[in-house]
Amino acid sequence: MTAGSEGAREADRAWERIELSRHPERPYSLDLVARCLEDFTELHGDRQGGDDPAIVIGLARLGPRPVAVVANQKGRSLEERGRRNFGMAHPEGYRKAQRLFRLAGRLRLPVLSFIDIPGAYPGVAAEERGQAWAIAQTIEAQLTLPTPYVAVIVGEGGSGGALATLLADRVLVMEHAFLTVASPETAAAILFRDAGRKRQAAAALRLEAANLVEWGIADEVVPEPPGGAHRDWDGAATLLRPRLVHHLDELVAAGVDAARRRERYRRIDGFAAAPEATTRGH
Amino acid sequence: MAQLVTPPAPAPALAPALPTARPHPITGAAAAQRGAWTCPACAAAHPLAVAREQLFVCPACDHHTRIGARQRIAQLADADSFDEWDADLAGGDRLQFTDTRPYRDRLREAQVRHQLPDALLSGAARIGGHPVGLAAFDFGFMGGSLSAAVGERLARAAERCAQAPVPFVCVTTSGGARMQEGVFSLLQMAKSVAALHTLADAHMPFISILADPTMGGSIASFAALGDVIVAEPRAMIGFTGARVITQVTHEELPPGFQTSEFHHARGLIDVVVDRRQLRQRVIGLLRVLAAPPGRAGTGAPAA
Repeated sequence: MTAGSEGAREADRAWERIELSRHPERPYSLDLVARCLEDFTELHGDRQGGDDPAIVIGLARLGPRPVAVVANQKGRSLEERGRRNFGMAHPEGYRKAQRLFRLAGRLRLPVLSFIDIPGAYPGVAAEERGQAWAIAQTIEAQLTLPTPYVAVIVGEGGSGGALATLLADRVLVMEHAFLTVASPETAAAILFRDAGRKRQAAAALRLEAANLVEWGIADEVVPEPPGGAHRDWDGAATLLRPRLVHHLDELVAAGVDAARRRERYRRIDGFAAAPEATTRGH
Repeated sequence: MAQLVTPPAPAPALAPALPTARPHPITGAAAAQRGAWTCPACAAAHPLAVAREQLFVCPACDHHTRIGARQRIAQLADADSFDEWDADLAGGDRLQFTDTRPYRDRLREAQVRHQLPDALLSGAARIGGHPVGLAAFDFGFMGGSLSAAVGERLARAAERCAQAPVPFVCVTTSGGARMQEGVFSLLQMAKSVAALHTLADAHMPFISILADPTMGGSIASFAALGDVIVAEPRAMIGFTGARVITQVTHEELPPGFQTSEFHHARGLIDVVVDRRQLRQRVIGLLRVLAAPPGRAGTGAPAA
């Protein structure tokens, strides 16, 4: 067998996972919210003049525990996809998320975040209204949130637009979900000057969910029903819900503060080429 | 100053004997050998001495040429005051990444070519006598992209400033994430913001200076969180580059889109300052911020 065909097979496998995470029948954030949480009430608007339907916030219960929810939402029907802009958030969406983090802090509510976003919207109006600033401020809001915070990547975790609602005390990733520095198409355009080489880029970026756990970026891979979550939404929620309960219970029991969360993200390294390279004491 | 965290042994990338530096590819230093400098925007030729005196801003058209990290530091800091931090902190290839070539080779080549460990230099410095932490990106080094080493240098710089305590001044010129480091690059956005928080705890200012270009993950994290945000004229600044926006949305771009002035008009940048006045403006800010009443003994100007 040639190395070339092995590389091509690896690229095909990597691409299959991306297609599963983007499957049109995959349960979206609100499908999982409906199946994992009770008494969900959506809240609207950033209280600064905008309401971006690509990011949904709300209040709910997870069993006995009240929670604040933030979720990326793509939209299923053609109309809904248009309205929600395929889940690609504008600055108003990030400012709405900031409102949710402030609300959770004030009312001492733990936060649950559901991530499924191709990326923050790359458009003129988004830039004019400070897309980069909105994302930066949302990152900061997560790192000062005083209450327990669990995030789960349920589909696509696209770049800075995903990071803005990802920086939790515990990060879960569904089996066929991924987190990436740039979409495989964008990465291919940058690395190979050819967006068509997305399969190769996906393989090189090593987007398997399990890698995030190995690298200390996520805490756990949440299994999906055989074949993928798109085959059985209830089954996917049944596998996810107890993991949310487990991690939230642990965080509440341990007591959480924002300083510990900042420490978690401060420690991300990325230097060591091999696992044996460790930090020396001082 | 105490080192907060000892880095893992760096990859053996920075071998002691680096070949002699080549002329800087961006500042037109190749022309230096002819004693002339050509503006890359208007093609006007000027004597090198004049270009240098003008800080590589074209005297004919005011174009602000991209300059390297060492030049930037030399322009901003008091003479001989810069004391580099983390000189041995480099490397990082957790993904063992290969596109058309192994990333390891690309990184090594950039290190040799630019005589830098990575795309950011940081250190203790004085500006107008005020002790500060000073960091500067080098766009020539892989587009000033946000590698794990860059993120770690940035984080340590912010933390050292908080500990000292002294103000932190960072000049950013960065294309954003470094693709070859994958999610490790992405997470540097979180790391840098987490580290900047120590400055807030210490009530020390962060002066964020944006130079051409500042894009993607860099402006969507630390660079947008300056207590004061300063930008050089006509620098391109934004989350998504204009070319990608046009490709994806087919939208028409408004005049001056994503320039410093464009963002300034929308309340996203505090002040746009010509490079030739930048040092004086920073000194002015430091006179206010480095030693306000009620914080006696911190960051007072040196005697």
